[in-house]
Amino acid sequence: MLAFDNLTLGYDRHPVVHHLHGEVGHGALLALIGPNGAGKSTLLKSIAGELPPIEGCIRRHDPAPDGFAYLPQQAALDPAFPISVADLVAMGLWRHLGLFGSLGRGGRRRLEEALAQVGLSGFERRPIGTLSGGQLQRARFARLLLQDAPLILLDEPYAAVDAQTVDDMAALVRRWHAEGRTVIAVLHDLDHVRNHYPEALLLAREAIARGPVGDVLTNANLVRARRLAEAFDEHAPVCHRHPEAA
Amino acid sequence: MIEHWLIEPFLDFAFMRRAFAGGLALSLGAAPIGVFLMLRHMSLAGDAIAHAILPGAAIGYLLAGLSLPAMTGGGLVAGLAVALIAGGVARVTQLREDVSLSAVYLISLAAGVMIISLSGSSVDLMNVLFGNVLALDDGTLLLLAGISTATLLALAVGYRALVLECVDPAFLRSVSRASPVAHFGFLVLLVLNLVAGFHALGTLMAVGMMILPAACARLWHQDLAPMLASAVGCAVAGTLAGLLLSFHAGLPSGPAIVLSLGALYLLSLLASPVGGFARRLRPRWHYTS
Repeated sequence: MLAFDNLTLGYDRHPVVHHLHGEVGHGALLALIGPNGAGKSTLLKSIAGELPPIEGCIRRHDPAPDGFAYLPQQAALDPAFPISVADLVAMGLWRHLGLFGSLGRGGRRRLEEALAQVGLSGFERRPIGTLSGGQLQRARFARLLLQDAPLILLDEPYAAVDAQTVDDMAALVRRWHAEGRTVIAVLHDLDHVRNHYPEALLLAREAIARGPVGDVLTNANLVRARRLAEAFDEHAPVCHRHPEAA
Repeated sequence: MIEHWLIEPFLDFAFMRRAFAGGLALSLGAAPIGVFLMLRHMSLAGDAIAHAILPGAAIGYLLAGLSLPAMTGGGLVAGLAVALIAGGVARVTQLREDVSLSAVYLISLAAGVMIISLSGSSVDLMNVLFGNVLALDDGTLLLLAGISTATLLALAVGYRALVLECVDPAFLRSVSRASPVAHFGFLVLLVLNLVAGFHALGTLMAVGMMILPAACARLWHQDLAPMLASAVGCAVAGTLAGLLLSFHAGLPSGPAIVLSLGALYLLSLLASPVGGFARRLRPRWHYTS
């Protein structure tokens, strides 16, 4: 599905993701873990096409290379805007609707189903500003459902939501996995990762470990990740690492 | 009696009919733009861009006198330059949009005042700063009507993208390339309407026709569509009230219109049960869920 080839991402020429190699297979369910500042969100942002690489590239192998659904961290959304839950969620159908298309009967049915699946039936006409944090996150998941994408990118989807919401959303993620979609999720709750994700990538600027969750989430790896992520040097020397040597 | 006060001024005097036609055109375009400006948290940015129009209009005036195309063209160029430079600076440097906008508009405003005072009289300055809604000629009326038509068409075409760009720009970027088009297209519409407003109300008060109706409408509505309609209604009512006030009391018309809008705003602040002070006067019982 995705291949990282000597991928270096960063801001102001300081790398946040450094010479990353690897592949994500079709239908993978991959947890992206690591300390704060390890480059997890940056990697997702770049997969979503929002941040061009400093070096290297991300390649996509699949029939619909544009098709992805991206859930950024929640702060990106303005809850004070006067828009209803139904209108916000319906925008998941943007690829079908474009600027002018109307929902039609099929679209309305899919919208109702998506809202029902995240437990927001009856909230259609509520302004998004009246939702709780967890309800707003459910609405954003409903929008992801409607996007119907082969690749789904989740950036800290469970930050600041309650246990019930986590369980309900995790069930959706399992279903996406069962449907053969590729899911990459940035997560901090390691117990959740152990219980729900077959594979993990532990990132601390460089890939510390990659593979089955049990092999990745070892104490030695986690300690190493923490040490590497903290080592930021404003006056770091220029990196001359050769692509093949990495 | 009421007829005598409300209708006869418009029947008897062509300049009142023209002023109302101009105000109506302005209301239809500027009020919806004002609603989006407010919802994007850019109310003060609108004010800044309005000031930035001054040097362009001043240069147009110096080159061609009180000429509609020269002053309009100058104002458009200056306004667009400031809006786009500020937007571009915010996208590629460390400065946020509010800082970069303030910086550019202050430079522009100072240049405008300098240009006017170097070679004009203060009467000209007053005209540019405060406009003259009672002296709209055919060309200006056509310009106002054209700008409001273009604005309404553009909003109709780009409505969905603009709403999404306001509420969740990251999502819009992930599904479409329309995000920068919506962002900069909106700035262009903003400048166009400020230039229209500057002919009627002057650069200082042009933004009043945007923000005051928008603020009123926000106080009365929770949904965007009725909010837009209400803002237009409020702008038309304010124009009408301001023109009549100015006619009967012999007051300058631009400030009279903006003050009328201000009165509507104060009324909304106090009386609106949705967002105003009256909300606090509701009975104290509450629902079970």
